[in-house]
Amino acid sequence: MDKVIEVKNLKTVLDSRVIHNGLNLTINRGDIYGLLGPSGCGKTTLLREMVMLEKIQGGDIEVLGQNLNHINHNQAQKLRREWGVLFQAGALFSSLTLKENISLPLVEYTNLSKKMIDEIVEFKINIVGLKPSDAHLYPSQISGGMNKKAALARSLAMDPKLLFLDEPTSGLDPISARDFDNLILKLRELFNLTIIMVTHDLESIYGTLDRLAIIDQQKIAYEGSLENIKSVESEFIQTFFEGKYE
Amino acid sequence: MKENHIILDYIDDKLSIKFYGEFNLYNISEYEDKLNKIELTKIKIVDLDFSELTFLDSAGAIFIDSFEKKMFSNDISVDILSKDKNILNTIKLIKDEKKDAPKLSHPKKESITERIGRRTYNNYLGFISFIAFMGEMFATKFHYLRSYKNIRFKEIAYELNDSMVKAFGIIALTSFLIGLVVAYQSAYQLKLYGANIFIVDMLGISILRELAPLITAIVIAGRSGSAFTAQIGAMKITQELDAMRTMGFDPHKFLVIPKIIALMIAMPILIFLADMMGILGGMVVANIDLSITTDLFLDRFNEVVDVKHFFIGILKGPFFAFLIASIAIYRGLMVKNDTQSIGVNTTKSVVESIFAVIVCDAIFSIVFTNLGI
Repeated sequence: MDKVIEVKNLKTVLDSRVIHNGLNLTINRGDIYGLLGPSGCGKTTLLREMVMLEKIQGGDIEVLGQNLNHINHNQAQKLRREWGVLFQAGALFSSLTLKENISLPLVEYTNLSKKMIDEIVEFKINIVGLKPSDAHLYPSQISGGMNKKAALARSLAMDPKLLFLDEPTSGLDPISARDFDNLILKLRELFNLTIIMVTHDLESIYGTLDRLAIIDQQKIAYEGSLENIKSVESEFIQTFFEGKYE
Repeated sequence: MKENHIILDYIDDKLSIKFYGEFNLYNISEYEDKLNKIELTKIKIVDLDFSELTFLDSAGAIFIDSFEKKMFSNDISVDILSKDKNILNTIKLIKDEKKDAPKLSHPKKESITERIGRRTYNNYLGFISFIAFMGEMFATKFHYLRSYKNIRFKEIAYELNDSMVKAFGIIALTSFLIGLVVAYQSAYQLKLYGANIFIVDMLGISILRELAPLITAIVIAGRSGSAFTAQIGAMKITQELDAMRTMGFDPHKFLVIPKIIALMIAMPILIFLADMMGILGGMVVANIDLSITTDLFLDRFNEVVDVKHFFIGILKGPFFAFLIASIAIYRGLMVKNDTQSIGVNTTKSVVESIFAVIVCDAIFSIVFTNLGI
């Protein structure tokens, strides 16, 4: 198994609060990898550091063999085309229709014909489970679940190798959430994706994840598959996975 | 006995307080006033009689708890007389919770020196970040303008429509009125000296050189500047800017530079419009009030108003536009992740850009005067 992402000795300080200190993790190709932890432990911050939205303060992150600390403009632009990011609230561009949102990277980065782009957009819209008639709606006109699906379609527009999902099922009803899980599994099959997601949803953790990392007390409390997780001595893991509440 | 009240009863050195009805959030302050008047030196024992109390809420129980503590610190013993399970449980619950609950920490009050220091430092950081923004903007500008293919004509056209074409009406109306008002006010003074014809010199120079560029800049700062800030700020809150970055679309290329270029093109054209409308306004007043015919006005205008005044006014346009657009966008990017900061930054954007425009105008005045233009 080759590594897709490697985080070494990461250190992050936000507003004089230490978030990560000596954090290490490895993500293999083809995994659906979960980032878990109590709120405020810096899961989303870690995700933002991986996609170069946040500057790395200490330590190294390697994504697809590129060290993010020593990356030039062109390498960074190339890397950005190899991943898709789904933000918690979708972050579709509100001035563009769904179709324009999805086709934007294709229009900007390729010189495909209009007809070809339309076909690709149609395929992506179908694959995430939206109706072709939704394509001309604006993000403000659609529901939360559709918003997430459309945002997922946009992040898949360039056929990325890596997909980052920030709480993909939050704010969805249980049925849509399970649909979304199935969609993620299907996409992995189809595109041979490596998926990294931040999640709190127990069912989607059990349903989709191959490996996971639990961030607690500024470090990784556990990294590996779900099977051995209950043997770990961590208050967060015990409460979270066994439903033990005081 | 529905009414909620207390009765204080002194027997020697013993005070008995009898509670009637309910003791809750709404009557604490009333009871507190009464209980504060107790002369603590005279008594040794307090009986809290809850036998007629029907209901005690948690706020009431907290009050009783602190009242007890106050009595203990004055060497007064307190007895609670009640058989009601609920009331006793409430009191017990409060006591248990209060025992090991950490006190709410009050934020440390800062001294004046600390505050001045912090504010100065924050302003300094703000200034540095503005300089950094300008640096980044110029860097991307040069990076992208190396090839004309990188210029986003579609976005520029969109912005031109938004901040120029749609502004024609308001700019025309404002400058027409300004021309009217200036001419009207000076017409009276000029009539006194019989110097009617000099209204042309006055209007020509003041409107072309100063008023039209300033009025246009102020209207545009309020109109497009605030719109830029709010739009970019909202995009930041909804993470659209983050989404753009992760897709490899530099917000500078897609949002910042098209807006700045569009406004720099729009401003001279708007100033030209303002020139025409301002002079037209003046001409109307000259015609009605000073009986200077249009022909006479235009002849005189041709004679006395140098073309340099017109060009100076137009030349100011791109500079003002650059200031307004860059301040507006910078303020938009400064929006934090809360809705309030959109309001704060939009206000700052308009105020700062109008201020910057006026400072810039003053610098132009000095420079042009010293150059003899």
